[in-house]
Amino acid sequence: MSQNAFTPSMSLGRVVRLSILGLGALVFLMPYIFMISTAGKAQSDIFTSSLNLIPTHWFYGENFAKAWSRVHMPTLLFNGILVCLMILVIQVVIAIPCAYAMAKMKFRAAKAMMVLIMLGLLVPIHATALPLYVAFDRAGALNSYFSLVAPFSISVFGIFLFLQFFRAMPNDLIHAARLDGMSEIGVIARVIVPNAWPAITAFSIFSVVAHWNDLFWPLVVVSNQAYATPPLGLLYFRAAEAGDDYGALMAATLIITSPLVVAFLLAQKRFVEGITMTGLKG
Amino acid sequence: MSALTLTNIQKSFGGNQILKSVSLDAQPGEFIALVGPSGCGKSTLLRILAGLESADSGEIVIDGRNVSRVQAADRNVAMVFQSYALYPHLTAAQNIAVPLVMRRLTRAQRIPFVAPLMPGQRKAVAAIHRDVREMATSLKIDHLLDRKPGQMSGGQRQRVALARAMVRRPAVFLMDEPLSNLDANLRVHARGEIVEMHRRASVPTVYVTHDQAEALSMADRVAVMIGGSLLQLAPPQVIYDNPQHVEVAKFVGQPRINLIASRVEAKGAIALGAERCVLLDRALPVDTPVTLGIRPEFVRVLRSGASGLPARVERVEFLGSEIIAYCRLDAIGETMIAKVTPAEGAGLAAGTAVRLSTAAEHIFVFGADGARLAAAPLVENPVREAAHG
Repeated sequence: MSQNAFTPSMSLGRVVRLSILGLGALVFLMPYIFMISTAGKAQSDIFTSSLNLIPTHWFYGENFAKAWSRVHMPTLLFNGILVCLMILVIQVVIAIPCAYAMAKMKFRAAKAMMVLIMLGLLVPIHATALPLYVAFDRAGALNSYFSLVAPFSISVFGIFLFLQFFRAMPNDLIHAARLDGMSEIGVIARVIVPNAWPAITAFSIFSVVAHWNDLFWPLVVVSNQAYATPPLGLLYFRAAEAGDDYGALMAATLIITSPLVVAFLLAQKRFVEGITMTGLKG
Repeated sequence: MSALTLTNIQKSFGGNQILKSVSLDAQPGEFIALVGPSGCGKSTLLRILAGLESADSGEIVIDGRNVSRVQAADRNVAMVFQSYALYPHLTAAQNIAVPLVMRRLTRAQRIPFVAPLMPGQRKAVAAIHRDVREMATSLKIDHLLDRKPGQMSGGQRQRVALARAMVRRPAVFLMDEPLSNLDANLRVHARGEIVEMHRRASVPTVYVTHDQAEALSMADRVAVMIGGSLLQLAPPQVIYDNPQHVEVAKFVGQPRINLIASRVEAKGAIALGAERCVLLDRALPVDTPVTLGIRPEFVRVLRSGASGLPARVERVEFLGSEIIAYCRLDAIGETMIAKVTPAEGAGLAAGTAVRLSTAAEHIFVFGADGARLAAAPLVENPVREAAHG
């Protein structure tokens, strides 16, 4: 080994830090690794007393074929993408003007609205789920994309996040835009949005991850498989298979988590930027 | 007709009166500098004029049109901001084009992708491109047109901001300390450029600055604002030679004017130290406190003779073309600043005993409220004295 290996860049402290981080990462990744492993095992292989990460018989093909055929995977993925996209677009379209008005315009109700936003951040969906369910039921809107999307169309978190970002934007920029002849909508479209991409990206990540993985709300309003989102589809899969075909279940889980994993790997840098920018964790 | 008239503009923030009934007017093509220390309300006044803030009361008339209730976008005023406020996501050319795009193209002609299909759009866009290029060439920034603000220096950004404001030929041109972010050399150079540009465009301009040198050197008329009031609006020479308020005298002039407290004596005479020197044109009660102001360049430093007030030099600053001497008056213990030529000041050093004198016509008298009192040099002549009394 050359001397260079022990220059300060690879000091003992760094080795220790990296090993601790690596160990932590391994602990958090373990379920996923185990899932990948299980997805390739035959039923007999899963229920042995010994714990093997490498499947003894390579069963991936069979498990994925089962997963793909028993639930309608394209429908699940399509529903997931459609619902997430609709939620995201509506949230952004509503949250940006709201946040702009609160950050940069002076009006009497601004303080009261800020309090409402704080309250909104504190109330979880589970608290309002029942009245919402009753309302959708009365309106005959259960089992529809509308019922999946509507409750999330106004994101208090989104408004809050954009509000913080817009506050840091210089007032002079908006004044200049007004003097140049822009209406308030024009200011948003031509000045605010083009300069808010970091915030919009960060928010998109939070929103898509949350709603792609959401099981609670689809479970409440959807009973028809045609409107099932991926997590709900998994649930049906488990119920249909009496819950013991873990190999196929894990294969299905792999399929529905893969879009997020791929998206994360592609946008890794943005993701980290987003989290550090907002000072929040997902 | 005035190009711009402000009448009794008032503004308070949370019970704090920022503007106390300010009135101001500008003639067509006039360059007015609004100068004052920070926090005097000059920027607020400019923002109210631009329509970015609303006044509590008062009236704004631009080109004969009352715009007090008109939105900023419809007032046809352009502004250069201290921070330049260029759109960071657009290139210089796009930045300069924004006001033209917003004004010349209809809403339909601005829709992305669809716009080129609209009738007349191509022609209008070509005209905008031409005007942008013309403006950029006249400000010598045509080589920067494809750069974004992040890739430009402060001076270049300032020119782009100027170009953006000028390109649409506004009714009034507003500038909020546009040079304060430049380094000293560039600032003096940019001053000349702005004046030159104003001369060519001859759009009435209101220029806010806290730098009195900028105000005096650039403006046709200078408006001095202190503490929310406009104390004097006059050509630079008048502001300097004939200040109407003690705060104006104090603010304008480098080094600062000498201010010495005194009291009215019999028949309205006022003494500087032991010497009665000026006579008010109306007799105020004896013992009314007044302030005497003498510009440093009118203080003569004498090293011999019996006339003048005895003083001692405390500190001498050599500035090349002139010498600033700080002298403490023996009688009242106040420091007087004298600006003398190097020849006059040769040999002055801390501790030198000198006598200070001035011609009485260079003494300003200010009342207790700060307002200038009309006064004439006191000549010890009973006839003249009677005539003034």
